[in-house]
Amino acid sequence: MSAFEVELTPIVFLDLSLLTMLILVAFAMLRSRHLFAVVMLSGIYSLLSAAFFVSLDAVDVAFTEAAVGAGVSTVLMLAGMLLTARREKPKTPGRAPVALAVVFVTGAALAYATIDMPAFGDPDAPANSYVGQQYVDETPNDIAVPNIVTAVLASYRGFDTMGETMVIFTAGVAVMLLLGLGSARGGREVSDAEPEDGEAK
Amino acid sequence: MSMFAVATAGIIAAMTLALVRAFAGPSLYDRVLAGNSFGTKTVILIGLMGFLTGRPDFLDIALLYALINFAATIAILRFFSYRQSSKTRAKPMSEGEA
Repeated sequence: MSAFEVELTPIVFLDLSLLTMLILVAFAMLRSRHLFAVVMLSGIYSLLSAAFFVSLDAVDVAFTEAAVGAGVSTVLMLAGMLLTARREKPKTPGRAPVALAVVFVTGAALAYATIDMPAFGDPDAPANSYVGQQYVDETPNDIAVPNIVTAVLASYRGFDTMGETMVIFTAGVAVMLLLGLGSARGGREVSDAEPEDGEAK
Repeated sequence: MSMFAVATAGIIAAMTLALVRAFAGPSLYDRVLAGNSFGTKTVILIGLMGFLTGRPDFLDIALLYALINFAATIAILRFFSYRQSSKTRAKPMSEGEA
């Protein structure tokens, strides 16, 4: 069976419809000038890509996408929207060709790079030929979880994951401070006048 | 197996309908509701996907998605109640502080 011959299982139809919906949502986000609609559609886009990641067996990526993309960043983008206008300004024409050219060149470079990638499921691929097989062999004995990526992330590289969590927490606190969610709630007025208690605003 | 496939097709159709409401929905709450029901459909779809491939190990993850979806909808709606209350409360608040 060649690489491009596709067996028509329900999963293939599921993937195709998920990808079609992703494209539709992306175009709707591009066309809409109503920023709230764009924020909600980006949440839907994250949910769709999370479902697609589950279909690709990347459960951890899917979970991150659902938590960060559909949950946290929707709220953060709403907070950012409260600080600006609710409708996008009409675009100034003239800069579009340059941006389009950059996007096409980048996309062509990425598509060209996929030629060098090993075939899907190739046993000689770098992902399968070094330490990966050892994880596959020993995870059922060491940590009895069904998903090996989860075992690697949460147990074999537990300290690494803990450090990442700290970094993400710090970044989240910084973004909350920058957006000033307190002022968006009407609890605190931010003004440039008289910093009386000497603290940084 | 085949019943799971039929159910998946039904869920896909329902997702498309929610998507149409999210695209078209004139009011803000139409879009919030479309996003929320789309999240619910995603949860069901992930559960169905597990049974369709014969490995229903990820049901707990689908449950966690349901929790995230619920929390996100509450967060969005609270935001808009805050937004409205900050508008109505803006004047007495700034007067009280100044």
